[in-house]
Amino acid sequence: MLLSDKDRIFTNLYGQHDWTLKGAQARGDWDGTKAILAQGQDWIIEQVKASGLRGRGGAGFPTGLKWSFMPKTVGERPHYLVVNADEGEPGTCKDRDMMRNDPHKLIEGCLIAGFAMRAHVAYIYIRGEFYREAERLEAAIAQAEEAGLLGDDACGSGWPFRVYVHRGAGAYICGEETALIQSLEGKKGQPRLKPPFPAGVGLYGCPTTVNNVESIAVVPTILRRGASWFTGIGRENNTGTKVFCISGHVNTPCNVEEAMSIPLRTLIEKHAGGVRGGWDNLLAVIPGGASVPLLPKDICDDVLMDFDSLKAAKSGLGTAAVMVMDKSADVVAAIARLSQFYKHESCGQCTPCREGAGWMSRVMDRMVAGDAKLEEIDILEQVTRQVEGHTICALGDAAAWPIQGLIRHFRPEMERRITARRGAVAAE
Amino acid sequence: MPKLTIDGIEVDAEPGMTILQAADLVGIEIPRFCYHERLSIAGNCRMCLVEVKPGPPKPAASCAMPVAEGMQVWTQSDLAVKARKGVMEFLLINHPLDCPICDQGGECDLQDQAMAFGGDRSRFLEHKRAVTEKYLGPLVKTAMTRCIHCTRCVRFITEIAGIPELGMVGRGEHAEITSYVEKALSSELSGNIVDLCPVGALTSAPYAFHARPWELRKVESVDVFDAVGSNIRIDVRGNAVMRVLPRLNEDINEEWLADKSRHAIDGLRYQRLDQPYVREDGTLRPASWEEALRAVAGRLLAADADKVAALAGDMVDAEAMMVLKDLMGVIGSPHMDCRQDGAALDPEDRGSYLFNPTIAGIESADALLIVGSDPRWEAPILNARIRKRHLMGGFPIAVIGPRTDLTYPVEDLGNDPDVLDDMARGRHPFWRVLDDAERPMILVGMGALTRPDGANILASARHLADRVGAFKDDWNGLAILHTAAARVGGLELGFVPGPRGRDTAEIVAGAGRGEIDVVYLLGADEIDTAALGEAFVIYQGHHGDAGANRADAILPGAAYTEKNATYVNTEGRMQRTWLAVHPPGEAREDWKILRALSSAMGKPLSLNTLEDVRARLAEVSPTFAAGNEGGIVAAPPVRGALGGSGGRLERTPFTTPIGNYYRTDPISRASRTMAECTDVYINATGDGDSKRTGTDG
Repeated sequence: MLLSDKDRIFTNLYGQHDWTLKGAQARGDWDGTKAILAQGQDWIIEQVKASGLRGRGGAGFPTGLKWSFMPKTVGERPHYLVVNADEGEPGTCKDRDMMRNDPHKLIEGCLIAGFAMRAHVAYIYIRGEFYREAERLEAAIAQAEEAGLLGDDACGSGWPFRVYVHRGAGAYICGEETALIQSLEGKKGQPRLKPPFPAGVGLYGCPTTVNNVESIAVVPTILRRGASWFTGIGRENNTGTKVFCISGHVNTPCNVEEAMSIPLRTLIEKHAGGVRGGWDNLLAVIPGGASVPLLPKDICDDVLMDFDSLKAAKSGLGTAAVMVMDKSADVVAAIARLSQFYKHESCGQCTPCREGAGWMSRVMDRMVAGDAKLEEIDILEQVTRQVEGHTICALGDAAAWPIQGLIRHFRPEMERRITARRGAVAAE
Repeated sequence: MPKLTIDGIEVDAEPGMTILQAADLVGIEIPRFCYHERLSIAGNCRMCLVEVKPGPPKPAASCAMPVAEGMQVWTQSDLAVKARKGVMEFLLINHPLDCPICDQGGECDLQDQAMAFGGDRSRFLEHKRAVTEKYLGPLVKTAMTRCIHCTRCVRFITEIAGIPELGMVGRGEHAEITSYVEKALSSELSGNIVDLCPVGALTSAPYAFHARPWELRKVESVDVFDAVGSNIRIDVRGNAVMRVLPRLNEDINEEWLADKSRHAIDGLRYQRLDQPYVREDGTLRPASWEEALRAVAGRLLAADADKVAALAGDMVDAEAMMVLKDLMGVIGSPHMDCRQDGAALDPEDRGSYLFNPTIAGIESADALLIVGSDPRWEAPILNARIRKRHLMGGFPIAVIGPRTDLTYPVEDLGNDPDVLDDMARGRHPFWRVLDDAERPMILVGMGALTRPDGANILASARHLADRVGAFKDDWNGLAILHTAAARVGGLELGFVPGPRGRDTAEIVAGAGRGEIDVVYLLGADEIDTAALGEAFVIYQGHHGDAGANRADAILPGAAYTEKNATYVNTEGRMQRTWLAVHPPGEAREDWKILRALSSAMGKPLSLNTLEDVRARLAEVSPTFAAGNEGGIVAAPPVRGALGGSGGRLERTPFTTPIGNYYRTDPISRASRTMAECTDVYINATGDGDSKRTGTDG
């Protein structure tokens, strides 16, 4: 039950077609936008709620519900929509292709989502390294403005709406929504305390909603084809289509839009040419970007790729960046490398992450060579628990989870290395 | 009123309170490092994690989590205690184990809380982080390896002191607190970050390695380096003042203290007058008390009563001025003044020389005009209160006077007294702002009142205050900002010229012309001592400064740390110092010297004990009544609107009465720390990098 072509939202994900407004309109974008807006804000939010769309940035929070947290009337302070295009999760490369090849889906989504939350301005905070993508977004926005799709009377709806692109400077933490807001304000990118949540006090102290590129880009199609079409794909509570980024030890790494809840094995074998050396050569898969725990082969055999199924397997869908490791991979070194990443990207604001990320990373570095004592595995596990859930933002969790996954599934391998090294040292 | 339970105890909290504040209400102390009730909430140390229901199954930072109806909080549950222990372990892994050589030892939050929540051994086997020291100026010493990144210092300097000169750079483990450009903190409140630092990362540079907290005797007292009357704690070892710290007083200094008040105290050790001197053949020679008193008494008795004059200085206590005033009465001379700067203040009208709105009252003012004052230097603590009011919003501030950075934005109306005149006549746009305000405030500084036309300026300011409705039943918006701790006390007890008496200028000029034979300087150093001509000058005071240099006889007195004495601050608030150490050598408490002098003159005053002197003070003014300590006797209502707008104002621009914040009085002029500050901040020779060589002094 692979996704059929007619159900694809991102019809130009691979850039074979014209990305400009003309091409986008030929593929159905900007079709009947005025009529959608004419249905009113509440209708849009209800439809998105009914579609069961869950945020595509990693946490999987229901998008419609998030929008409904915005105040129903605009008070003294304007509302803002902020699009999180700071795609920095290692292994993830979906937003980049969407913005490069299908920018109008995102821009139309900005208008509809912005209108639904009573905002007149959307900021797209794009990762600094995505230089060409930022250029293309700017060009697409200019095309839309010229065609009257954005501007003082967007799509003839009477709703003034503008979209601005803001380029980040390459800090992973700025993908966290409140750090992103700080950075957008020109401040140092450090997460804010919640509460207050951005829907109450966000950008410049105004009600703000931050959404992932994919969450916004799929909205126009959902509204055009109907919430029931979207819920018809995938499983209950895990509906719709999702762009997966498959990388690592597969024969043909790719981005692919597939139905939610597709079995992991099917996903890899149908779209990525299978694991290098065959399925039996699989060691482990990180199913949702660097911050989720890895899964060993026996779980990968039949796990479904959606939020709830992966959560039940003590991992997560995250950004759906599937990183495949075959048996040639040094799994301890792979996770140690991720720990180095989190040590490097911790913002340094709050204690557990600032101190814990460095501690974990250093212990992991020793674990690669087995230069540790057996009981240090338990200490490392405890340290991850001391970081997890104790920090201001989720980066602490993200730093802890990969190590927890490693210990959970590959503890014998870690012990083997320690014992082997002890033996080698003793023999000298 | 949200009701919640904390550890099973029901709490009625104010809406908007955080869990930590609500817990404080019922006496449950939640450990914290980054949280400080006067700073914005950072929530970054994570020490205050508690278990909260309803909520996600993870601990919440109680310093930042607002209370909600029906919330259940546990501060001692397994989850909370485990979280706290975890955070403590993280704080300690990179913290050096150098408590034995750390000045914070014994009064360190981290040390204390590590005793409660720390493990007894380290599980951290890696190398510890080291951080290079930062240069923050001559007052704050850094040991940044000890920093736990709570950002209290950053928040204080940015929010309270109002100079964005501290910040955290770098990310993750490499995050460091720094002044960005290795520049001395340009705030007169910088010493407070040492108090705020919960660890030994920021310590007091002048106090470094001088004493341990458990060796110190703590004496509660009052500061005299400006007219604010900040409450202080004097820490003493043996007979030496080791350091001065602020003491909480919400009405005055909250919990802050200005740098001079904190760090000029090494001046108490240098240039001290520790025995009497008399001048013989042009040079001062040490003398016994008996000898000196006899010489002084002889001169006083020999002179015509009309040719004797007395001046009281800026740090003199009310008791000494009271006894000297009575002594002048016995002598029969009306020539005395406590306004050595010549400020045009009317001692008969209390409302015209007090900071009537009160310092805490600044927070309820809604518009401010500053005339001829630089509150940042004249009263840094009071300036911080103005900034606090500014941050609350809706507080237009305008300045007539020299352009300075007051740490908050002001409307610069120019430095022209005519602007005040225009305003008093209702012809200036800012007049409308003041007039529209419910509680307008007009702050007049000594820069405006010590001018020859000071009286006219005061009259104009009062007229303006009256016209814009600053005088109401519940509001008196005329605020006179004094610079001297002794001034208001002197005015209250009437140390001012009697009938046909001379004021400061006339006394000095009279002495120069030979019309005054004997001048008694009670701690008065800020006058032109060279202009005193041939007069016999008696100097009573604690430091060998300008007055002692010129003196013909020196009677060594006590500094503010060395006596039980009374001071009245610029608001009219009567406060008392406590003897923390004894005066050096032969020096004595000032009122006793004057009492002894009266005996030596054969005209003994009937003031035999401190209680007698204080009873006499209370007789003279209700301000000094025994039960009034720490309080203010409000000024009587201002007399009806003044006619006209006073006399003519001169065109000369206002100047600030303080040329150098760090050296304003005999104590700070004797202080090496203040000399260093002068080098760094005023002369700008010390930039942190340049090392002094043998040739540049």
